[in-house]
Amino acid sequence: MSFVFYILAAITLAGGLAAVLLKNMVHCALAVSIAFAGLAFLFLGLDAQFAGFAQILVYVGAVAILVVFAILLTRSSDTPKDGGVFSRTWLAGLVVAAAVFAVIGWAVLSSVGGLPHEAAVPTVTVLQIGQALMGPYVLPLEIVALLLTVATIGAVIVAIHEKEDAK
Amino acid sequence: MIEEAVFTPQLAASPIAGILWLVPALPIVASGVIALLKQPRRKAAASFSIGSLACSLVLALVAFAHVLAGWMHGQAVRETVNFTWLHAGGTNVDLGWVLDPLSAVMLVMVSFVGLLIFIYSIGYMEHDENFTRFFCFLSLFAGAMLGVVISNSLLLLFMCWELVGLTSYLLIGFWYQKPSASAAAKKAFLTTRVGDIFFLLGMVWLFSQTGTLLFYNGGAGSMEPGALAGLLAAPAGLGLTAAGAIGLLIFAGAAGKSGQLPLHVWLPDAMEGPTPVSALIHAATMVAAGVYLIARVYPLMQAGALTGGTTVALTVVTWVGAATALFAALIAVAQNDIKRILAYSTVSQLGYMMAGLGMGGVAVGMFHLITHAFFKALLFMGAGSVIHGCHEEQDVRRMGGLKGDMPLTFVPYAVGMLALSGFPLLFSGFWSKDGILEAAQHWDLGHGPFYMLVCGALLTAFYMTRQMSYVFFGNWRGQGHAHESPKVMTMPLAILAFFAIALGALGTPAWPWFRAFLDDRAAEFSFEGFHEPGLLALMATSSLVVFLGLGLGWWVYGNKSPQAEEPDALESAVPPVWAVLHNKFYVDELYGVTVIAFYSGWARVADWLDRWVWGGAVTLVAVLFRGGAHLSRLCDVYWVNGGFDKGCEELANGGGLLARVQSGRVQSYLRLLALAVVVLAAILIWSSRG
Amino acid sequence: MTPLAGYLLVAALLFAIGLAGALTRRNAILVLIGIELMLNAANLNLIAFWRYGPHPEALTGMMFAIFSIAVAAAEAAVGLGLVISIHRHAQTADLDEMNRMKG
Repeated sequence: MSFVFYILAAITLAGGLAAVLLKNMVHCALAVSIAFAGLAFLFLGLDAQFAGFAQILVYVGAVAILVVFAILLTRSSDTPKDGGVFSRTWLAGLVVAAAVFAVIGWAVLSSVGGLPHEAAVPTVTVLQIGQALMGPYVLPLEIVALLLTVATIGAVIVAIHEKEDAK
Repeated sequence: MIEEAVFTPQLAASPIAGILWLVPALPIVASGVIALLKQPRRKAAASFSIGSLACSLVLALVAFAHVLAGWMHGQAVRETVNFTWLHAGGTNVDLGWVLDPLSAVMLVMVSFVGLLIFIYSIGYMEHDENFTRFFCFLSLFAGAMLGVVISNSLLLLFMCWELVGLTSYLLIGFWYQKPSASAAAKKAFLTTRVGDIFFLLGMVWLFSQTGTLLFYNGGAGSMEPGALAGLLAAPAGLGLTAAGAIGLLIFAGAAGKSGQLPLHVWLPDAMEGPTPVSALIHAATMVAAGVYLIARVYPLMQAGALTGGTTVALTVVTWVGAATALFAALIAVAQNDIKRILAYSTVSQLGYMMAGLGMGGVAVGMFHLITHAFFKALLFMGAGSVIHGCHEEQDVRRMGGLKGDMPLTFVPYAVGMLALSGFPLLFSGFWSKDGILEAAQHWDLGHGPFYMLVCGALLTAFYMTRQMSYVFFGNWRGQGHAHESPKVMTMPLAILAFFAIALGALGTPAWPWFRAFLDDRAAEFSFEGFHEPGLLALMATSSLVVFLGLGLGWWVYGNKSPQAEEPDALESAVPPVWAVLHNKFYVDELYGVTVIAFYSGWARVADWLDRWVWGGAVTLVAVLFRGGAHLSRLCDVYWVNGGFDKGCEELANGGGLLARVQSGRVQSYLRLLALAVVVLAAILIWSSRG
Repeated sequence: MTPLAGYLLVAALLFAIGLAGALTRRNAILVLIGIELMLNAANLNLIAFWRYGPHPEALTGMMFAIFSIAVAAAEAAVGLGLVISIHRHAQTADLDEMNRMKG
């Protein structure tokens, strides 16, 4: 358990917490990108360089930007006048979330004895990943490609549809 | 006297025969149009109805000219247009119309007299608020009557006949506010219906025997030799053949319509209608329909007669006609209402026509029908003019001396009166009545009808003289001042007066054109006709009788001008006779104590049965069902409804409970999801730990 | 405390934070962010198990994570598109006011 892990974990969790707690939506978006970035570095720490860079590209690069756009488009940046940023049932939600954490944490801690301590550092090259994607995982890859295409078109249609109707 | 008319059947119908249906259709359509008009559209109503009838008259004249042209060329015209109305299984019901001398003559007469009456009505009904309705009914009536005339099918004739009956009901009861008018309308309708039932029976019987109701159908019609031979061969009981029995049944219908004994009672009462209606119905058309019907089915009535002989049906027609002629003439003597006198006179003259048909054949009866239509329409319209001039006064005792006040009415009226009386040589009535008397004189079965008809002629002259002297001579005894009627009323009178004289020329023994035309013989002018044995003696006798009647009438009533309260001259002379005659031989009273009492007795019994037996049963059933209904209502309210309501309530509650979970909020769903995950994971971990 | 357990606990905490965000925030975009956090926590688990699993050369967990990232990207795109669409429709992104599907 290296010092780096604690730092990264702290940054990630802090980013997540800030994203959930901050009032200003733009701040939330920034906080969540920090959390995403922290996670990417955690992936690197786990010797999963490809996944880490993918995480940076997809989340920090694309999803965070999308979120910011959505915030701006829905004018959610200005904090609501009535009430707070939390829903009326926030306490129940908190309790449920705590319960989930308790169960998972309990499951991890109860099985901590059976977990492996150290493992050999796997050397995974991008070549290997590419061969795996084109080899045994080609079918999931194609399906994901299709899914992404459909999602892109679907998102555009969902976002554009009403506007045409309105005119 | 009965001679077979030989017609050459003509298969192809000429164009005029093809459109003959327009003659009745035009007035009927006009009537429909008038029915849609608003009440104040008087001019439109009158012009529609008169215009349509004028068109009908033109068509009728064209048709008549066509028949006349055929006759001139020695070729009898009988053109029929038939079509199938209904198919029912293997049976066809055919309708059609016919153009032959009989229908052509009637068409011209009905449309011409009808037209004059229509024109006259403009003046007579001028102040009536229901002017348009009147013309609507008049047109419908005229159309229906023309339909009767052209029918080539007993069924079509019957339909139009019933339509005539309906419109006569509407017209007689035109002033339905008067109780007497509506009662008279009902009486006319019901009395003619009695005859119509027999007519219908005869028609059904004829159809079942011959399979067709067409009169003429190129040899297959019911009035043609083939069918008649079959009818003669079929016995009907009481020594009658089917032909005779059917003939009698149809005659019963004709008797109802033409006011023959014993169904004459409706006709005098029908005088409650407006006077043009009386002229139309009781002179020219409806009452003539019965006579026309007998003329139309004459081959049937005559079937089985040897040459110069007669049949049972025709004998009955003769006796009924002669009895009616005398009977009604007797009653007419003792009436005081100007229109009632004319009504009984009409009944009497219809009796003459029937007797003429029975003894002399179609031409004799029909000639009297035509001449009578003209002079009786004239008399009725003259009477209408008098009534109009005397401020709706109808009692002859409250008139008098009108010849000075109403000269334009007086002259035509006098012409009509002389024609009706049968004044020798000059007037049409003389020649037509003479024809009937001549036929009666030569009748094989005795001279009873002849003497009855002669007595009738005497009485006719007598009562007409009585009426004339009451109305036009003596002193004015009414209220106010009498005035002459407008031109629109007197002009038709003048025209009719001309025809009342001129028509006689068509039927003199010297030139028996009318008879020749109807019987399809050539008419030649010669005085040979007078050399028939006994004819001149007969003419002398009838002239003598007429003069006797006129003289007696003048002697008793002439220029006396008695007051209305004074007893009649005859009344003071022979009171019992007067009483009997004045009360119309108590026929209405007789019907009252017999037929009507019988029916009202039965009606009372039926009423009692209805009220207590059937009504009781119905009430009992109703009570039972109401009890059941109450029981089922209780079940419904407390058991079914209660249970159902409870179930619904529970369902609604449950639904509400479940609906609360479906809050529509994403986060509550997610929360539940997470909770479920927690529970599942806990179970999983718990179980994996053993 | 093994490194794997540490990663797993971090992932569990991150998941709980994401869930809490999804359950308590009113704004729909924040709910989506919470869901993204939960997905990322799961990815962290996958990578950690791959790294410390018995057959890291099989690349299974790695692949799973990569596909998961792709699917998450698609989900984010569609989800945010829906939020924009709903916002245009109801003039709000507030989930408390979005209860038109209420039973």
